[in-house]
Amino acid sequence: MLHYVARRILLMIPTLFIISALVYVIIDLPPGDCVTSQIDELLARGDPDALHRADELRALYGLDHSLVYRYFHWVAGIFRWDFGLSCQDTVPVADLIGERIVLTMVMETATIAFIWIVSFVIGVYAATHQYQVGDYVASFIGFVGLAVPNFLLAIVLLYVGKVYFGLSIGGLMDPDFIDKPMSWAKFVSVSGHLIIPVVVIGTSGTAGMIRRLRANLLDELQKQYVVTGRAKGLPPLKLLIKYPLRHAINPFVADIGHLLPEVISGSVIVSVVLSLPTTGPMLLGALKTQDVNLAATFLLIVATLTVIGMLISDLLLAALDPRIRFGATSEK
Amino acid sequence: MTDTTPAAKPEAPRPPTPHYVNPAPWDPYVSERLTADQEKYYMAGQWKLMWWRFRRHRPAVVSAAFLLLIYFSTLISEWIAPYDLHTRHAKYIFAPPQSVHFFHDGSFRGPFVYALKMERDLDTLQRVYTEDTTKPQQIRFFCSGAKYDFWEMIEGTFHFVCPPDGGTLFIAGTDRLGRDMFSRIVYAARISLTIGVIGIALSFTLALVLGGLAGYYGGWVDSVVQRITEILKSFPHLPLWLALSAALPVTWSPLLIYFGITLILALLDWPSLGRAVRSKLLSLREEDYALAAQMMGAKPARIIGRHLLPGFMSHLIASATLSIPSMILAETALSFLGLGLRPPITSWGVLLNEATDINVVAVNWWLMLPVVPVILVILAYQFMGDGMRDAADPYA
Repeated sequence: MLHYVARRILLMIPTLFIISALVYVIIDLPPGDCVTSQIDELLARGDPDALHRADELRALYGLDHSLVYRYFHWVAGIFRWDFGLSCQDTVPVADLIGERIVLTMVMETATIAFIWIVSFVIGVYAATHQYQVGDYVASFIGFVGLAVPNFLLAIVLLYVGKVYFGLSIGGLMDPDFIDKPMSWAKFVSVSGHLIIPVVVIGTSGTAGMIRRLRANLLDELQKQYVVTGRAKGLPPLKLLIKYPLRHAINPFVADIGHLLPEVISGSVIVSVVLSLPTTGPMLLGALKTQDVNLAATFLLIVATLTVIGMLISDLLLAALDPRIRFGATSEK
Repeated sequence: MTDTTPAAKPEAPRPPTPHYVNPAPWDPYVSERLTADQEKYYMAGQWKLMWWRFRRHRPAVVSAAFLLLIYFSTLISEWIAPYDLHTRHAKYIFAPPQSVHFFHDGSFRGPFVYALKMERDLDTLQRVYTEDTTKPQQIRFFCSGAKYDFWEMIEGTFHFVCPPDGGTLFIAGTDRLGRDMFSRIVYAARISLTIGVIGIALSFTLALVLGGLAGYYGGWVDSVVQRITEILKSFPHLPLWLALSAALPVTWSPLLIYFGITLILALLDWPSLGRAVRSKLLSLREEDYALAAQMMGAKPARIIGRHLLPGFMSHLIASATLSIPSMILAETALSFLGLGLRPPITSWGVLLNEATDINVVAVNWWLMLPVVPVILVILAYQFMGDGMRDAADPYA
């Protein structure tokens, strides 16, 4: 087991290295750099020493060096917790993204918790009440959740909230709390604002999860041991929890591998639509202005979180399912 | 062998056996004679069986018909749309959808619209459109209207529906430049619908080639392809798509951007299909018939293409169909965020890009209308894909 974990962690290093290199090169690929647009603006305003200033800025951001040099400089900096300078306001990237990363992680964790809880309850209900009204309602909601893209749902909710309820549901906290230290009141405000994005990002994942849990549980419920248990007179609830549910619950844990990238993708676009102070809008802005350090840092953090999440899901799976053993078999 | 001995003489007819023998040839199915239906079923080929099974899935058939219709409509967008994609109506900016009426003053007049009158609200400075109910304007059908170049080639003026003479026909309202939303949605279908199909064709090819190599050869080829698919599958797609499409040079022509975007979508989409190809090939290449083909000296390409692929092609097509909607959605999302297609190429996502500002949408709700065809098409693909997946294994 320990051996397996160690190997997985060691494998993460080259993976992240390759991803970071690819991402860095891709962002830098288009002609021009983040200074170009700033200088164009200065030129348009008729600033006489704009061109002089361009060289200055390029030197400041290290853009006069080659791509390879800049990449390794950036990577070396990461080990010192220095992610380079962001082009936009000449601020260190680390200062710019700290709170956003925390809020993003809070939002994504909340979304996954939401998906788990909701799909668990609905899935179990639908499977135990097969072909009844509740089952059909659940299936219908699941289907719509799969079909309606979550960013469209976000726009529609935003519209309904604005026109019919006079709410502005953008943002993640009341304006008074922005840039304030964490407090109980701020926490309450953030949780209130989290509800809509969490529901919006969670719908499609929930839909898939309900379908899978329902199908698995239905399979298990048909098996002999359930009949035996029933014949022995076990109370239905105890029977359900003790045996079939334990088998059917596997996809929950195993699917975090699929769920995590999906939730992260969803959170990027939904937070752009709802203009949340998370990583989504900033990443989009950084990509549009070719702010290489900022964008690459974001993507690297996303990749790291995903890889760690996958590892955790594999380990959880092993802990929950006695049939899975690591390291015992050699790879074919 | 040379024939030295004279050919054996035909046997002399045996003496008749003492018991009766029916001279007619024996029919092995005599005990259970197949009905015509059963015989048809047993004789049918694989694809025919699949079609029969698909036909039983009602929602899938309806969806398939709907998709056929909507794809066909993209061939004749010019005839369906009453206006051109880019025609601006400076007098009708943000005009609300005009409703089609049939009765005027209690008498039947056929389909007509009332003329729109624009006034400015002096407090909010917003445009307020009212219908002038004194002047019914007849909608024309099979008529000659705005000029267009059919598929950019043949000039024409024919439309199925035209605005009334001297009037307007904005059944889905107009946007901030006074362009007819309905016509724009019709033209945008061309781009949005084809991007899914072209994208899936690219990703299908990639999956076949790379998954095929990995599954057939195994060894280090397999390991490399496996690692790549693992990385691609585990990484969230949207941020990568964003990064890649931001990398497309601004100087490219809209058409090149279109192909660039489809390529980007395909690049991240093939791993799941590729994995399916690989695992199927791994199991099928152990079959006797694969070995037999190898013994007879068939080349790998022939063995894969001729003997192994047909065995699971139907599954592949079904799963490919199920991933078309995600492609369409991805393009919509990218264009919506402003990093996908750019005007003058118009897709549903590009249209929705106008609906980013909630304050504009709150006043002009019809800017959200492109959502409707997106959801309908996605649903139709889901249903059709489900039906195809069920039909893909007709012997089950």
